Parts: sequence; structure tokens; C-alpha cells
Amino acid sequence: MYRPGAYVVTERAVEVENLVKRYPKSQANAVDGISFSVPVGEIFGLLGPNGAGKTTTVGVLTTRVKPTSGCALVGEVDVTLDPVTARSMLAVVPQRNNLDRALSIRDNLLFHAAYHGVPRPEAKARAAQLLDQFGLADRAASKPEFVSGGQAQRIMIARALMHSPMTLFLDEPSTGLDPAARLFVWERVRALRERGVTIVLTTHDMDEAAELSDRVGIMDHGKLLALDTPKSLTRALPGSQTLDVTVELAGGDLAQAVKAFQMLEGVENVETVDDDTSEGCLRTRLYVSGEASTLLVPVTKVVTDHQMNLTDARIGKPTLEDVFISLTGKALR
Amino acid sequence: MSAPVDRQRPRVGRAFWAVLYRDLYVTSKELPTFLAQVILQPLFLLFVFGRILTDLGYAQEGYAELLFPGLVGLTAVVTGLQSSAFPLVIDFAYTKEIEDRLLAPMPTALVAVEKIVYAALRALVASALMLPIGVLILGSIPWRPGAAPLFILMVILGSLVGSAMGLLMGTSVPANRINIVFSLVFTPLLFTGASQYPWPSLDGMRWFQVITTLNPLTYVSEGMRAALVPEVPHMPPVLCVGMLVFAITVIGWAGMRGFRRRALD
Ligand SMILES: Nc1ncnc2c1ncn2[C@@H]1O[C@H](COP(=O)(O)OP(=O)(O)OP(=O)(O)O)[C@@H](O)[C@H]1O
Ligand SMILES: [Mg+2]
Repeated sequence: MYRPGAYVVTERAVEVENLVKRYPKSQANAVDGISFSVPVGEIFGLLGPNGAGKTTTVGVLTTRVKPTSGCALVGEVDVTLDPVTARSMLAVVPQRNNLDRALSIRDNLLFHAAYHGVPRPEAKARAAQLLDQFGLADRAASKPEFVSGGQAQRIMIARALMHSPMTLFLDEPSTGLDPAARLFVWERVRALRERGVTIVLTTHDMDEAAELSDRVGIMDHGKLLALDTPKSLTRALPGSQTLDVTVELAGGDLAQAVKAFQMLEGVENVETVDDDTSEGCLRTRLYVSGEASTLLVPVTKVVTDHQMNLTDARIGKPTLEDVFISLTGKALR
Repeated sequence: MSAPVDRQRPRVGRAFWAVLYRDLYVTSKELPTFLAQVILQPLFLLFVFGRILTDLGYAQEGYAELLFPGLVGLTAVVTGLQSSAFPLVIDFAYTKEIEDRLLAPMPTALVAVEKIVYAALRALVASALMLPIGVLILGSIPWRPGAAPLFILMVILGSLVGSAMGLLMGTSVPANRINIVFSLVFTPLLFTGASQYPWPSLDGMRWFQVITTLNPLTYVSEGMRAALVPEVPHMPPVLCVGMLVFAITVIGWAGMRGFRRRALD
């Protein structure tokens, strides 16, 4: 990607140190002392449930939110001290549609380029190319008033790319998209990484975090609980397989049953998963060192011995969801 | 891995013009709406107060002469105020359209300055249109050789003070209360601004005269009269200019602070 101007070599696209954000009149910190750095050319995923502080973190990095304390750098530029330079190097695709409704889709792209000083002929060529690439060419002249969520997302990504940002922030890029649109976004994100663009994305979708990110930071209540490649994160969990056991309590004692699960041969760890399954049902997750299938019979016996009914049993590999559960004791959704 | 980073200083001036051009471009696309918006109010005011009331004999001969400068001032201030306040309220509360411009490589305060400049330009156009409308409705408008410099200065200052007031209102009032605030501010603004009466003639009504000094429109109306109908008693133009520059500075500064507060969480 050609960019005019003086070149300086940098290693870090994003750097955050002890970042704290407390909104005015708020009781708790929305972001509570997080630190991480993202090398140039990486896809970095921030994974966390609603209210974890993902959007706030992105807001600080994109100069829209004033940090309470700590420090945030984009392209080694401090976003608080020099927001103007920082803005020229980054782009953001926000969680909600903020397209300019007074302008056509093409003009949304062209004016964005103009704000960033891209020369007119270059902007026109790039807009034509992006509109084509994102399947927007036939609607380019119409206003973005009645576009669907997926189309708005595509327009906003195309708009963000108009000034060739070094770092692209995507806030929940595939929430509300159908599977095909989601794959399309993933494909575009990977293509951007190929061209050396650094990408920071937020998501509450495990698959997206695991599939797309080189590294994942897991956030909850404003804190960064873990940060590593998806592989290392899951590898750090005990056991090589999981067995999810859902039981109907029916008056039985779950605590006793969990103890009994723990005694079973091959069970490394047992966790009670706090998610909203149907009433009276509880899910426990067994981390198993060997073949989980060999445990099905003993588990069933434990369940019936404790006067409970087995409603579901599922064998799986540890995923990011398990990492999240083991870190927070609750399911992500 | 490493990649080149563009460390050229961002071109703030170009960003500013692009943001201003965006507003002008959108306005040019809806020119008839814009013209209707800015013409209708002064048209009716002039017609009813300047023409009907004098024709029917309810107002003195010569009242139109006195009223016209005041209405030009009123148009400048009110158009400026409306042009900056309403779009800002909607933008910050609902559409968030302005976000893309807030992320342009320019200081946030400059986006606020752009809002003032754009609103003032609309107000300038509206005030200029008052001249042909005045001729059309009143038959002739008060004008004298040498009126132009002070008239133009007053139109500019009036437009700016109105726009600055709009910026302050648009950023300090929550969207769900803009209707209430607007009606609470608008009516007093309209009638305490010495547009419909010369300020010195209030000598016998001291308390009201004092109140009118708090309305920036008073200085615009009086300055306008000094330019167009100097034979009518009026405030010294120097005082008008001084007060307006003061008001623009203070209100503009407060509006810019409000804008920053709304733009940054
Ligand atoms: N403008 C604001 N004013 C006050 N509190 C806010 C504001 N924005 C966010 N918060 C609070 O800060 C916390 C973090 O919110 P944030 O939007 O960063 O979370 P998130 O991880 O992006 O969640 P989601 O998945 O729902 O988008 C929440 O408790 C939220 O209520
Ligand atoms: Mg969010």
C-alpha cells in the first residue's frame, strides 16, 4: 500500500497501558486498568460479554472517549496528547450505524476521503473499487436511509478504508449479520491483514474470536482476564476433551453430584456453568484427560444415584467459551 | 514485523474545508427547502407589521422604515440560531452522523467553529434576501449612501452571535427538552431585541430597557438602525459593535466547551 509522506518504522500498532475509564456519574470503572499491545499486521480480538468495556476501550483508542487515567497509543501516537495525528492513522467501524443520511452511499465514501485529505481523483478511483468489492455499486447513488444492517456494515467498512488507515478498529463487525455476510466480512478482514493493516476487533462471539484473531484478549467487567492466541488459551485448560452434562435437579443435591464427578477416573476438573438453561436444569462441565465417551456410563450412574435426571450430555473440545467459563465461572451468553 | 507509518502532519485546513463543503453541498441539494425556510418568517413579519398595520392605520407612517432594520437584524440572529441549534441536537442525540467528521484529522473545536461558520453563512444569505423582499413588500427600503459598511458589519456580527447562541443551545440542551427550551428562549428573544421599537424610546420604561440590554439582538437592531435610519435615535454604533464582539466571544467560547463535552465521552 503506497502512502505518501515521510516514513518511520514502527513495531506496535496499538499500545494500552493501565487504561482506566470511569464515566461521569458512574459507580464503577467501565475499563478498569487494562494493558496490552498489538504488533503491526495482527488481527487482535477483544472478547467479552455485554458491558465488558470493549466499546469503551475502542472509544479511547479512536479518540472519542477521554481516558480517566493510563495511556493509549495508536501508531505510537498518544491519542490523548495528539488526537489529530492519531485520527489520521486509524479508522473505526462503530457498533451502530452512523452513516451520513444526507449523503448518497458513494458520497459517504468520498466525503470521508475528503475529510482525510485524500486527493479527489484518487478518492474517486478508490470509491469505485471499494463499492464494487463490497457489492454496493448498484446502490451507490442512493441514500443509506433504508439499507439493512448488513449493508450498513459493508458501507461503513468501505468508508473506513477510504483513507487507507494503518489500524482499523471494528466494533462487533458481524453482530446481526447472516452467516454469508459474516464470512464476507471475515474474508475482507483477512485480506486487509495480508496488506499489512492492523486490525482490532471486538466481539462476543467465540467462533469469530477463535477463527479470525491471531490473539484474543478476554474482557469482563473492564478487566483483561487473559490474552494469548486462541490455541494457547484453550491448551492451558485442563484436559483434552470436555463432557457437558445437563441435569434436571428434581430434588437431588448437585454439590454432592459434582463431588462424585470429581472422583471419577479421568476427570481433571468440574465446573458448574451459570447460564440460563430451562428452569430446574443445571449444566456442569467435566474436563477429561482421556476419551470422554468412556465416562458416559459412570456419569449417568452418578446422576441417577443422586436422584437427578440426565437431560443432555455432550462431548466437545475445549473452546474459547470454556476458557471464558473457567475464568469467570459463567457462560458468555 | 514492521510497516511504514505516515508521519506527515495531518492537513487540518483541508479537513476543515471538506467539513464545511459537506454542509454547503447538502444545502445546495435542497435549495428550495433552504430558501423557503429562511424567507418565510421575515416575509410574514414584514408584510404584517410593515404593510398591513400601517396601511390599516394602526401603526404610524414611517413605522416600516424603523421596523425594517430591526427585522434584518432579527433575521440574521434567528436564522443563525436555528441553523446551528437544531441540526446539532438531532445529530448528537439520534443520528450520530457527525461522528465521521469528529474523527477527521482536525481538533474537535474546529468542527464546532465550522458549525458556527456554516450557520452564519445561512444567516448572511437570509439577511441579504431581506433587501429584495423589503423592496417588494414595502415598495422602498430605507437606504442611504454610506450605509453599506456598517450594515454589512452588523449583518455579519448578527449572524455570528446567533450562530454562537445556537451552538450553545444545541449542545447544552438534551434532545427531549429542546422543544420546551426553544419556546422558552425563542419568544423572549424575539420581543426583547429592540427589533420592533428603537431602544432609546424605552427611556420611560426603565425596567424593560434594562432587560433588553441582555439580549444580543438589541445591539444588532440598534446598529442596523444606525446604519439605515440614523435620524432615528439609536445606541452609538461603537457600543453595539463592542457588545456584539464581547457576546460572540463569550457565547462562542461557552458553545465550544459544550460541543467538546458532547463530542467526547
Ligand atoms: N456514554 C456512557 N456513559 C455512561 N456509561 C457508559 C457509557 N458508555 C458505556 N457505559 C457503561 O460502561 C460499561 C462498558 O460499556 P461498553 O459499551 O464499553 O461495553 P461493551 O463491552 O462494548 O458491551 P456491548 O457488548 O454491549 O457493546 C457499561 O457498564 C456501560 O453501561
Ligand atoms: Mg460494545
